[in-house]
Amino acid sequence: MDDKKNVPYAIQCKGITKTFGPVVANDNIELTVKSGEILALLGENGSGKTTLMNMLSGIYHPDSGSIFVRGQEVSIASPKDSQNLGIGMIHQHFKLVDVFSAKDNIVAGTKTDKRLSGKKLSEKVKDISKKYGLEIDPDKKTYNMSVSEKQTVEILKVLYRGADILILDEPTAVLTPQETDKLFAILRNMKENGCAVIIITHKLNEVMAISDRVTILRKGKSVATVNTAETNIQELTELMVGRKVSLEIDRPKVEQTENLFEVHHLMVKNDEGYYALNDVSFNLNGGEILGVAGVAGSGQKELCEAIAGLIPADKGAVLYKKENIIGKSPAEIIKMGISMSFIPEDRLGMGLVASMGMTENMMLKTYKNTKSPFVDKKPSRELALKLIDQLEIVTPGVNTPVSRLSGGNVQKVLLGREIESNPNLLITAYPVRGLDINSSYTIYHLLNEQKKKGVAVLYIGEDLDVLLELCDRIMVLCHGEITGIVKSDEVTKEEIGLMMAGEKKAGKDGATA
Amino acid sequence: MTMFINFLYAAITSGTPLMFGTLGEIITEKAGNLNLGVEGMMAIGAIAGFYVGYTTNSVILAVIASFVAGIFAALIYAFLTVTLKANQNVTGLTLTIFGIGLSNFLGDYIRTAAGETTLQLSTEFTAKLATYKIPLLGDIPYIGHLFFDHNPFVYFGVILCIIAGIYVKYTRAGLNMRAVGENPAAADAAGININFVKYFNILLGGGICGIGGAYISLVLCGGVWTQSCVDGLGWIAVALVIFANWNPFACILGSFVFGAFRVLKFYVPKEVISIPDAIFDMLPFLITAIVLVITSIRKSKERSQPAGCGVNYFREER
Repeated sequence: MDDKKNVPYAIQCKGITKTFGPVVANDNIELTVKSGEILALLGENGSGKTTLMNMLSGIYHPDSGSIFVRGQEVSIASPKDSQNLGIGMIHQHFKLVDVFSAKDNIVAGTKTDKRLSGKKLSEKVKDISKKYGLEIDPDKKTYNMSVSEKQTVEILKVLYRGADILILDEPTAVLTPQETDKLFAILRNMKENGCAVIIITHKLNEVMAISDRVTILRKGKSVATVNTAETNIQELTELMVGRKVSLEIDRPKVEQTENLFEVHHLMVKNDEGYYALNDVSFNLNGGEILGVAGVAGSGQKELCEAIAGLIPADKGAVLYKKENIIGKSPAEIIKMGISMSFIPEDRLGMGLVASMGMTENMMLKTYKNTKSPFVDKKPSRELALKLIDQLEIVTPGVNTPVSRLSGGNVQKVLLGREIESNPNLLITAYPVRGLDINSSYTIYHLLNEQKKKGVAVLYIGEDLDVLLELCDRIMVLCHGEITGIVKSDEVTKEEIGLMMAGEKKAGKDGATA
Repeated sequence: MTMFINFLYAAITSGTPLMFGTLGEIITEKAGNLNLGVEGMMAIGAIAGFYVGYTTNSVILAVIASFVAGIFAALIYAFLTVTLKANQNVTGLTLTIFGIGLSNFLGDYIRTAAGETTLQLSTEFTAKLATYKIPLLGDIPYIGHLFFDHNPFVYFGVILCIIAGIYVKYTRAGLNMRAVGENPAAADAAGININFVKYFNILLGGGICGIGGAYISLVLCGGVWTQSCVDGLGWIAVALVIFANWNPFACILGSFVFGAFRVLKFYVPKEVISIPDAIFDMLPFLITAIVLVITSIRKSKERSQPAGCGVNYFREER
């Protein structure tokens, strides 16, 4: 840093503190990023990464501390201020209007000329795309786009506004490995063009691959900033978690009961009337974890919902112990010992009632079993306390609404409750979504415990490294079709990535039971 | 044939207040706010327009008064829902009840204060609201009379719908407004001033509803103040928004179709079909129900209610 002393930082945060009620989300944080540099912001969940970035993008206002942009002290009161300073944020959940075309999303809110002159805009958009190597059809409607296209639009949106400081909040969470590589190429391109890039992530290999420096946050404090070239994954993990952790996920060998669960030629239509699942067939043994890989929206949600009886299947059969469960009500399916913990993107959508406490959420699954017209809270409260103890759930109390808990703790509550109901088949979708390393490993451990008990686990996941380590077999979905079912010992990450993009694996081994 | 033309002509005349009400609500909903207070805003516009027309004998001033009164009514709604984040449905319903009550109270008060048994507009004033035939076009047989021989409000309404259509679909401001209505979080991140856009469009929509009210009290009621004169038209307008697919251009046709249903009972000879009038009164709502069924089956994302409509936006909510 010595050689660049007179060049001001693109962004410099000094002593930023932000509290939400009693919770200190950011505590005296120091962060700097230079132009032409990619900084990775690393931290566990709830360490305050997103909060800090939201202050730079004008969503929140810091309680104390100061922010300097290009050497000038600034006060960012709204997203507009942030834009005017040349800061562009790409949020984890895209902020795009579904019914708009790419072009409309890009220009909305800008003030060039009052009238929308279609052609000129398309050309300008194409020009910017070319400069940074992005590809997009300006007139394509957002609701027809894939996740990676949407992300491209988001990036174009900030570039169109002339931003040269980019903040990306977990941009790779929804991408295939190939798409991630493409994104990184774009980011390097921006770096070459003199942009300052901050990338928030908790995937360590990505930090190593893309960043120049890493700032690590832990429990709201900035604990260290290191040069990427001078560090390694193990050191970063320790800095992030605060102690030594093992990064191995074990995959115990257990005796399997054959074909506990089978799906034959399942066809399911989605809300828009297209087939979200097209001729899906697979089998699942007891004592096995079957991973499901695929880009978000490839039919994972529909698969879960069809098995749980929440949406009707158009064709096909779902056999559980050789009995067809299609057409049964969710309550009947739960009684048979099939349990689902689906972690939707907003985490609370399905499975838990956000405004209720843990006790009441525990009761949701059991209240029907009692004959008395009055509810008996005692067993549920005991269960809640047991889970808090076992899974190290951080909560002020069993009656605190679960919406106040952090994401990881919400997930533990949900998964804990499902496991407590002693299922024979556990469907779990994105159980570690947005979780920190520690909590993730707790969850993997929980799933392995279930596997050892002979439970069949359907694990719908995002992180391919984890899928490869944890699961016995991996099924890849693309546009609602199975592009392959493979043993995780016999496949590479790249092969799965290609299958996620639609390339079929010859043979479809294991697809038919 | 003349009978049929007369029927269509009456359909246009009686559909015009719906056109204003619907257009106002389309603009409001496009900015993401469902205002169920159309009936109330029209009622307030009706009395304001009538009173100013009654005292000044100026049509222009009467229309301006009803527009301002509509804005005032919408301001209550906007302040409660946008600034204070109150529930939109409850606020809108309350506005309806308040607007009808205020309008009836003022109507009665003005009548008593004037010492009259009925409040009647001067013949000079009503003469200004007579039909104006457009030269040349108005002379085309049948069609000329049907489309180009109306009172000024009809022309004004159609022009307003076209301007609004251009505003919503083709301007920067319209794009921003649709962004706010569809996804306020996205609009906020794009640097659009959500509160300004919402206030502007809610007030504009309210003002247009107010003009619709003035049409009812000044034209439809034949120049005599009638208590509760809006009489459910505001509600039909809310339904018509769905029929028109939130499209200001379609609003023109839609309001004439609904106007036709409203006058149908006078043109169906009793000796041919004898059914109670109430069946005819029900038709617009039946059609709306059918349209709702069709639109929900069709599942077009673009021709449906703005996704953010009815939900208040909090920036810091997680």
